[in-house]
Amino acid sequence: MSRLLALTVLATVLAVAAPAFAAGPAGGPAAVAGTVPAGAKIPVSEDTVHDVAAQLRCVVCQSLSVADSPSETAHEMKDIIRERLAAGESPEQVRAYFVEKYGNWILLSPPRQGFNLLVWVVPFAGLGLGLVLVLIVVRRWSRRPAAPQAPPLDPAMRARIRREMEREP
Amino acid sequence: MSGANRILRWAIPLAVVPVLVLLAYGFRTDPREIPSPLVGKPASPFKLTAFDGKPLSLEALRGQVVIVNFWASWCYPACYEEAPSLERAWKTYKDRGLVMVGVNYQDKDEPAKRFLTQVGHTFPNAPDPGSRVSVDYGVYGVPETYFIDRKGRVRFKRVGPVSDEMLKEQIERLLAEAA
Repeated sequence: MSRLLALTVLATVLAVAAPAFAAGPAGGPAAVAGTVPAGAKIPVSEDTVHDVAAQLRCVVCQSLSVADSPSETAHEMKDIIRERLAAGESPEQVRAYFVEKYGNWILLSPPRQGFNLLVWVVPFAGLGLGLVLVLIVVRRWSRRPAAPQAPPLDPAMRARIRREMEREP
Repeated sequence: MSGANRILRWAIPLAVVPVLVLLAYGFRTDPREIPSPLVGKPASPFKLTAFDGKPLSLEALRGQVVIVNFWASWCYPACYEEAPSLERAWKTYKDRGLVMVGVNYQDKDEPAKRFLTQVGHTFPNAPDPGSRVSVDYGVYGVPETYFIDRKGRVRFKRVGPVSDEMLKEQIERLLAEAA
């Protein structure tokens, strides 16, 4: 049983590691970007193209990434991404090219700096504030029922209630 | 306790105010008006082949004021509306140092040529295979018009159709500058 388990683990490790090795040469261009002459053709993995395309806004679409859009523009933008990667640019350089031409608008997630930081901070701040508010309200509600219990019955009233209860069949 | 309640009674309706302010601001701005990072920067060089087969390159036009207009035959009505203004400006200023270039964006050869015949453009127009030049100029919808000064810098970008007044204002401003 434990032998079977060991085999399974080994098989899983190999299955996970193999694509990583296979992706090695394709991931290479990033490391040697500066040394590759312009126009040189380097094999580019479609995964890398997709990764870059997924970060960019398709310019003619509403809220779609270049990777997700079937439009001709997105198709051509993907071609440009592929071409630039093949010429030896790193994914960051390709991204920077589009930002240079279109501004940060082209990025689907705004960079976490300056005014854009608000977009990242406000939802969490709002969530925190809401939680605190709910906590306060819940605490207040759970405290309120305790208040009517407070006035203690005087002994005479208690005795009268008991008498009347005992009279009931 | 009642003090806190009184604050809450006011705070809840008051919380609407920032939302209203945000909406008032948001509805007044044009979501399509995206500032181009290219204004003030050197215009990307390009080499295209015009519909008439002649080469068209920005490098060859240095020292002149260049208007690059991105259009498409499917861009109706904006591209059809602005076409006469572009042609008028080209005829008025071509002898004073203005060059006008039309770049055809994501179009087919036949309808593009039909458009040119229909609107009667006499300035050079070229298709942009693979939208390489369009992406270099950060085009995200036609029509878009770029005004390039004599030093080769993008000085003004217009998203949407251009008018006679706008062309006159920009062209005269740029023509008045020294090379």
